[in-house]
Amino acid sequence: MEVKRWLTGLIAAAVMLPALAQQKFITVASTTSTEQSGLFKHLLPLFEKRTGIQVRVVALGTGQALDMGKRGDADVVFVHARPLEEKFVTEGFGVKRFEVMYNDFVLIGPKADPARVAGGKDVLEAFRKVKAAQAPFVSRGDKSGTHFAELEIWKAAGIDIAKHKGRWYRDTGQGMGPALNSAAGMNAYILADRGTWLSFKNRADLSIVLEGDRRLFNQYGIILVNPAKHPTVKKETGQAFIDWVVSAQGQKAIAEYRIGGEQLFFPNAAK
Amino acid sequence: MDAIAQALHGALGLIVAADRALLGIVALSLQVSLAAVLAATLLGLPLGAAIAIGRFPGRRALVILLNALMGLPPVVVGLFVYLMLSRAGPLGASGLLFTPPAMVIAQAILILPIIAALCRQAVEDAWIEYEEQLRSLGARGIGAALTLVWDIRFSLLTAVLAGLGRASAEVGAVMIVGGNIDGVTRVMTTTIALETSKGDLPLALSLGIVLIVLVIALNAIAHLVKDAAQRRYG
Amino acid sequence: MAANGRILPLALRDLRYAAGGRTLIDRVSLQIAAGPTTLMLGANGAGKSVLMRLMHGLLAPTSGEIAWSDPDPERRRRLQAMVFQRPVLLRRSALANIVYALKVARVARAERERLAVEALESVGLLHLAHRPARVLSGGEQQRLALARAWALHPEVLFLDEPTASLDPSATREIERVIQAFDAAGTKIIMATHNLGQVRRLGDEVLFIHQGRLAERAPVEQFFSQPASPEAASFVKGELPWK
Repeated sequence: MEVKRWLTGLIAAAVMLPALAQQKFITVASTTSTEQSGLFKHLLPLFEKRTGIQVRVVALGTGQALDMGKRGDADVVFVHARPLEEKFVTEGFGVKRFEVMYNDFVLIGPKADPARVAGGKDVLEAFRKVKAAQAPFVSRGDKSGTHFAELEIWKAAGIDIAKHKGRWYRDTGQGMGPALNSAAGMNAYILADRGTWLSFKNRADLSIVLEGDRRLFNQYGIILVNPAKHPTVKKETGQAFIDWVVSAQGQKAIAEYRIGGEQLFFPNAAK
Repeated sequence: MDAIAQALHGALGLIVAADRALLGIVALSLQVSLAAVLAATLLGLPLGAAIAIGRFPGRRALVILLNALMGLPPVVVGLFVYLMLSRAGPLGASGLLFTPPAMVIAQAILILPIIAALCRQAVEDAWIEYEEQLRSLGARGIGAALTLVWDIRFSLLTAVLAGLGRASAEVGAVMIVGGNIDGVTRVMTTTIALETSKGDLPLALSLGIVLIVLVIALNAIAHLVKDAAQRRYG
Repeated sequence: MAANGRILPLALRDLRYAAGGRTLIDRVSLQIAAGPTTLMLGANGAGKSVLMRLMHGLLAPTSGEIAWSDPDPERRRRLQAMVFQRPVLLRRSALANIVYALKVARVARAERERLAVEALESVGLLHLAHRPARVLSGGEQQRLALARAWALHPEVLFLDEPTASLDPSATREIERVIQAFDAAGTKIIMATHNLGQVRRLGDEVLFIHQGRLAERAPVEQFFSQPASPEAASFVKGELPWK
């Protein structure tokens, strides 16, 4: 029977699927900004070549990535929201937080700049102007590191955004890329990490309207998920990845990653 | 219009270049979706046939439920499978989360109601034609149901293809349980979603066109086989 | 009067069948013995098919009784077969269709092929044994259906207008097969509204009119001196389709 042979083939193919998962690997919960900027594509092959350990990155918002760590579904979290990371460690979900690198956030807006914020140096002032002009503003709204940073800026600017958001404030609940796509479509202001912005192609009428404020500093940290909470965590290989990322060699590799000649991430691990 | 022309051109380029990474993604997509279809077919056809022919209390409710479940939201299925397979979940020890088998499970759950419901309808229609003859011969119960399923196998191909279409097109479930890990669980639809979020809309659309071409090709092959078989067996 | 077989005679007592608020079979009582070919005659919708399905056990009567001489239901089922107006053949070869029927009837595996070949031979289809059943012509399909019924060596063979959708030459083929089965000792009970067929095949007529048994008579007598006015006008061709 031809049918039987065909079925046998299919079943064999189905059974062989799990065989794909045999190599030594760790799972890293990270953020869309590191994944979508292309940093991991540059970094991970170097690590894999050196150690033979495959790094599987699941890219989510910082909040979700930390949740994944809390559930024990990741061995390492690599994210960017310092207060949340510290809480993760104090609550016993993470072993120890290491600083890895930084880049910065930039305020993106339409070239017409209806809120007149271009050229300024004070992001708090810029946010107040956007609110005063009721200019369209896209928020990630997804508990990501960038969303967290945005909320901190509103707070510092003395604006209770939960109370004062009107039709102009568009809470999209999306990742960085989709939120940028939305902002491009609505000609709105948006806070973005520089890495994603540089690698983002559908810019339409958007450009950077403000950068360089010290408050826009964006620090990345890396944490091993606590094996005491989740015995399945790959302690040695996970820690090996962390050690490499903060080593001189890993730091150099981060510094070398560029898009269009521009450096995206600045290593600053403690020596 | 410009972007669409660019996308078409890009799609052609992708197909011609047959880039290794892309081929890997395409192969994984096919493997995952075909395995899910196989599992859902092996479960769904007997289930649909049993509901079609069986007479038991609650049958009508089951039929309605099955038809409703044809529209299961992929994200909900993905979330459910995620929570089951998560280390903190009941099946966490399996270590299947973020692997292709997890994606197969999610897609199989998603399309099982489609295949079972369409099979139920087809078998029920055929039963009207076959019932007296099969009863006269003395065929009953499961034996009669299986005879019927085998005899209308060419019409049931449509149900299976509907399942395949849904499996290969969905992104919500595989994104959640697969994690869209580069080289491990990245499939066509999650790649398209990724390129869209990077703002590379033409590349995303090109990949979409490649996916559509693939699905059309699979359907064409299935129909050619079906037509040839139908000519042969009537 | 009743000749005895293994399951015959068949006795119907005060049989009633109603569906959808309409009485389709109305107080029919009769006895059918082995031997003569019994033809059920009547206009379309008279109730021939329903009555036959009641006898064969495909329908359950609303009231009344159907009694075969053998009390064992399994044996009763096994010793009767039915051929429908439109044969339902499975999508497999002609031979496999018969083998399937034998398998369902729990005939030993080793016997099936031999019996199937014999049955195909008896209807002149042996040369088409490996042809898919569904691609055969209408007449061939009906002969295959007859062979499938015949392979079970039933004591009673029900035929529900088996030639109604066939052309004259195919009809003749079928009639020859039916005559051969009759000659081999199978009790034929056949529904038809074709008067010529009744003359060619029948020994006795059951004339059904509006769900009732209007008349029962030997064929010659039925045509020469119909007892009921309905039968008389049917014979004269006055109410062929009611």
